[in-house]
Amino acid sequence: MIALLSRDLRLALRAGGGFGLGLAFFLILTVMVPLSVGPQPALLSSIAPGVLWLGALLACLLSLDRLLALDWEDGSLDLLATAPLPLESVVSIKALAHWITTGLPLVLAAPVLGVLLNLPVPGFKWVVISLLLGTPALSVIGTFGAALTVGLKRGGLLMSLLVMPLYLPTLIFGAEVARRGAIGMDIQTPLLMLAGISAASIALLPFASAAVLRINLR
Amino acid sequence: MSIWEYANPKKFITSTERVLPALWAASAVCIGVGLIWGFFFTGDEARQGSTVKIIYLHVPAAMLAINAWVMMLATSLVWLVRRHHVSALAARAAAPVGMVMTLIALVTGAIWGQPMWGTWWVWDPRLTSFLILFLFYLGYIALWEAIEDPDTAADLTSFLCLVGSVFALLSRYAVNFWNQGLHQGASIFRAEAVIGTDTEEKVSNIFFYPLLLCIVGFVLLFVALVFYRTGTEIRARRIKALIARERVEA
Amino acid sequence: MSLVITDLCIARGGIPVLDGLSFTLEPGQALILRGPNGIGKTTLLRTIARLQPPVSGRVEGSEDMIAYAGHSDGIKATLTVAENLIFWASVFGTEGISNALKSFDLELLRDRPAGELSAGQKRRLGLSRLLVTGRPIWVLDEPTVSLDVKSVAMFAAAVRTHLEEGGSALIATHIDLDLDCAVLEMGPFKAKLPAIEDFDGGFL
Repeated sequence: MIALLSRDLRLALRAGGGFGLGLAFFLILTVMVPLSVGPQPALLSSIAPGVLWLGALLACLLSLDRLLALDWEDGSLDLLATAPLPLESVVSIKALAHWITTGLPLVLAAPVLGVLLNLPVPGFKWVVISLLLGTPALSVIGTFGAALTVGLKRGGLLMSLLVMPLYLPTLIFGAEVARRGAIGMDIQTPLLMLAGISAASIALLPFASAAVLRINLR
Repeated sequence: MSIWEYANPKKFITSTERVLPALWAASAVCIGVGLIWGFFFTGDEARQGSTVKIIYLHVPAAMLAINAWVMMLATSLVWLVRRHHVSALAARAAAPVGMVMTLIALVTGAIWGQPMWGTWWVWDPRLTSFLILFLFYLGYIALWEAIEDPDTAADLTSFLCLVGSVFALLSRYAVNFWNQGLHQGASIFRAEAVIGTDTEEKVSNIFFYPLLLCIVGFVLLFVALVFYRTGTEIRARRIKALIARERVEA
Repeated sequence: MSLVITDLCIARGGIPVLDGLSFTLEPGQALILRGPNGIGKTTLLRTIARLQPPVSGRVEGSEDMIAYAGHSDGIKATLTVAENLIFWASVFGTEGISNALKSFDLELLRDRPAGELSAGQKRRLGLSRLLVTGRPIWVLDEPTVSLDVKSVAMFAAAVRTHLEEGGSALIATHIDLDLDCAVLEMGPFKAKLPAIEDFDGGFL
């Protein structure tokens, strides 16, 4: 399992691995928001938590189509499916690698971009915490979507269509934590729900992803 | 005699074709009578005036929008467990019907909401949930269309339906939480208050019977549509299989 | 551990292709599968490797025993030859890739990124992966594609060593590998399509 994780991380870091693309996308999106809605600080600071969450979510989504498709194309998935490693672990590791290469950098970049959006001071803490809790769920749910569409040519657009509705509860609770945190409201309920969604997704979705992947490998 | 007998595609088509004319007729009568009764033979509601009468379309459509998904979930499970092709095809057949019902519920809701709330759309939890349900239908149908091999498509869409149901339910609660306080439930005309057994409210009872008739009619219409469309799907599948067979023989 | 195939029926795209297939592969044996394109050799090998379920019949003795090599090699272009092999070795829980490198004459290419290899060299790398799996039953789908004469001999030698060590191999190929083994023609097992009037759950 560690071998698979270190291989995936190494592949992401080497040339053509696409590491950092999600981050760049996040940056560009955040820059475009003030350009499209106007520079008023009050407006920006009220929408900042939501924009950061939406940007992180889209950046996650964009990098999903490489998650399993590359291994599918070169036949690695066939070989992994016949290896002693259960497919459930394979998809979990893939999701973890995706989170380390995409989710974690987004979490770390969010406060920096928060400055650009005039995020209120108490908001920084909660944006980071909510993203830290929520991005693992985004990676795991995204892996399910990637497994669903892995056999399709040009499945990227379809995958977005399938994954985005599944992202909604995470987005709602995650952005709610950030938004309420930024204006000093009580965040306990959405925070617990967000953590619950993440924990349940990490625990249960790999089984669905592996089952779906097996069907696609047939 | 077991219900699984009807899982045979041939048996399914012959039996449903026998009952289909009766279903079409019954649903037409129920909806027709229900609408005429509701539109012309009940008085206006005190607060809402005649706008309330859109309820005869809105409520049945909304109920079916949700129940069609539940039916898809059930038939998907049957497919995954018992591998009956008809079951998977019935789920496929029901999806567009459910999506149209969702759309009807949304549109009639907007038409109803305009004079009531002064706006076509508010991000009210109930409305938002239906919009989200619509997105789920969209993804489900798109996945069916995208995959070439019919059995693979059936398997994958079943899993999507399963996982999607959980997340749709979660979204429902998330949305309820997300907009609590901004819009109290009071401004919404609650369907439960109308259908409910609240006999003290005389106004409600006037609307109740035609509404019940419309709901029965819509359910019958849904069943008829699903039977009819499943038959079509079975035939399409059969044609596909025959073409594939021809290619093998050639 | 012998591989036992009993009355196997397999389908591709919902259409049965092979039916009534039975054979046994004992340790130390190799079996060559032959048959025209489209008869279902790949489907058969994937079924035996448990990548897809059979329509009916049984495959016994294949669980955790198979090293499968299909049309694509599962090689990552940005990793070096050694890194690729070490990865597969650790996935299969074995150690040491020097034997694999030697058998397929890859020692000099050891630190080259796999993306820079020629098609034949890539194929050799893909085949050398079989050695690091430590699995006893090799299931190979057209293993000699894009190999030159010398590399084919190298591959045949590797198979021979594997058989001597008590392994077995199931190979779908059209060329003569000069192995001392049985050949199974797929032709007689071509599935007969069911009668067209019999319209039931299978739609055929």
